[in-house]
Amino acid sequence: MICVKNLSHSIGKTSVLQDISLEIPKGKVTALVGPNGAGKSTLLSLIGRLMPLQTGRISIDGSDIAQTPTRELARRMAILSQTNSLGSRLRVRELVGFGRWPHHQGRPTHEDEQLVMQALDALDLTALGNRFLEELSGGQRQRAFIAMALAQGADWLLLDEPLAALDMAFARRIMAQLVALREAGRSIVVVVHDINHAAAWADHVIALKEGRIAAEGPPETVCTSQVLGDIFDMELRVTQIEGKPLVLHHL
Amino acid sequence: MDRRFALLSIALVASCGFYLFWGLGPRWQFILGLRAPKLIGMLLVGAAIAVATMVFQTVCRNRILTPQIMGFDALYILMQTAMVAVLGISGYAGLSISVKFGAEVVVMTVAALLLFGTLLGRGTQDVARLVLTGVILGVLFRSFSTFLARIIDPNAFAVVQAASFASFTNIEPNLLPVTGVVCLGAIALSLWLSPRLDVLALGRPIAISLGLSHDRLVLLALVIVAVLVAVSTALVGPIAFFGLLVSGLAHELTGSSRHARLLPMAILVATLMLVAGQTLFERVLGLQSTLSVVIEFAGGLFFLWLLLKGRTR
Repeated sequence: MICVKNLSHSIGKTSVLQDISLEIPKGKVTALVGPNGAGKSTLLSLIGRLMPLQTGRISIDGSDIAQTPTRELARRMAILSQTNSLGSRLRVRELVGFGRWPHHQGRPTHEDEQLVMQALDALDLTALGNRFLEELSGGQRQRAFIAMALAQGADWLLLDEPLAALDMAFARRIMAQLVALREAGRSIVVVVHDINHAAAWADHVIALKEGRIAAEGPPETVCTSQVLGDIFDMELRVTQIEGKPLVLHHL
Repeated sequence: MDRRFALLSIALVASCGFYLFWGLGPRWQFILGLRAPKLIGMLLVGAAIAVATMVFQTVCRNRILTPQIMGFDALYILMQTAMVAVLGISGYAGLSISVKFGAEVVVMTVAALLLFGTLLGRGTQDVARLVLTGVILGVLFRSFSTFLARIIDPNAFAVVQAASFASFTNIEPNLLPVTGVVCLGAIALSLWLSPRLDVLALGRPIAISLGLSHDRLVLLALVIVAVLVAVSTALVGPIAFFGLLVSGLAHELTGSSRHARLLPMAILVATLMLVAGQTLFERVLGLQSTLSVVIEFAGGLFFLWLLLKGRTR
């Protein structure tokens, strides 16, 4: 379980998160939703220790992230941020190979290579393994980064907008893959832009608005026209399909 | 890649041999005693600049920057001008070489850490700010030197001019042991850090996700760069584009992004260029110019080629 207590964060003079306390359940797919600038990415980065904590505490499975050595944390959680710019020219296989770094520290074993192959296969990248990243399209590159995070083999997988730049076939495949990972015992926290992906695939939804928690719970309770209308300041209709909420936000 | 590495190694050994033994003549002991320290100096400076540039480019995640471009040569020249202006020609010439060397190394290391430290201030992302700071400081130092050069007498200015170009001809043998220990230590440390530098090159978010103590490693890398640049500049003088030329060639020749391969290749390229170039200059062209001028010229052209080709970010 990830436990966040009294978390506040400001960048410059702008307050991004205000006194947030929440618990993210283990063994579930948790979706973070909310309008632009709600603080979703900041919250995810703070949990993933990409930014130093200002006030508040975060613990992951009982260990405080400010106290636990970063190498130890790398075996427990993998975080993928929204934009990734590399300083070196890498092939897809090499990038995904770096996912195993927390385990081998520069000396990959046979087992590491097997796991890299599996991750490549899971994202349909085997054929692209020898291509350089800059030769790929945005969506293919995104898949390579997701494969790297997968290869890391951590209990927790934190993904910031993994569906950005993906076509609808791959977006659905990634979400299905996350559910499959949950079945295999991993826990996933994912920032999603498209509310319907959260509604269809997530077990738990946390909605942020202006740096505070606006709603929290299973998709059925969060994805209602009332709740979402308040969060996004718009009128929208929600129907149901196969028992899952379907938000008609585009009509 | 391994074949290239082997070929370049052979070429390096051959040019070292040429440099040492070609045209020795009857008083060979005396001549060898003159040549050996110079050769060692060139090898050390080449390796130091190669490693400093590669590590610096990894930290900045940019292949056009070199530590020297960031106002380092300007600071060195300012120090020389200031010393000549304050002490006069005879005072400058009479300075104890070890004291001068020590002072230069300390001042430049501190300046480098202050300058590169601005990198750390803002989450290591703000390369534009670093470059601008470096360029502005470079202009400031250069203006100061020009101002000082205006008010000193012309003879003293000639001394400053001579000190403003890197020279491998007048390497001071007494400085070699200290330089050697410092350079070899820093280079060995960088080679040991190679796997971590590979991860560092992936950028801060990924490096942290993979469990690298990112900010600490950046600081350590910058200390290595500062020390290497300071020591090599104090030994031979400023060389701006040499590091760029070397790192570009190392990337082309290895085609790899692993530092365990890049660093040795860069060292090999750098030392080979210096030793072979100096041999050519001393023996064939009869010391008609300075090696550094040619290196700067070739390096500048290479820099333009890199920019035009759009290989770098």
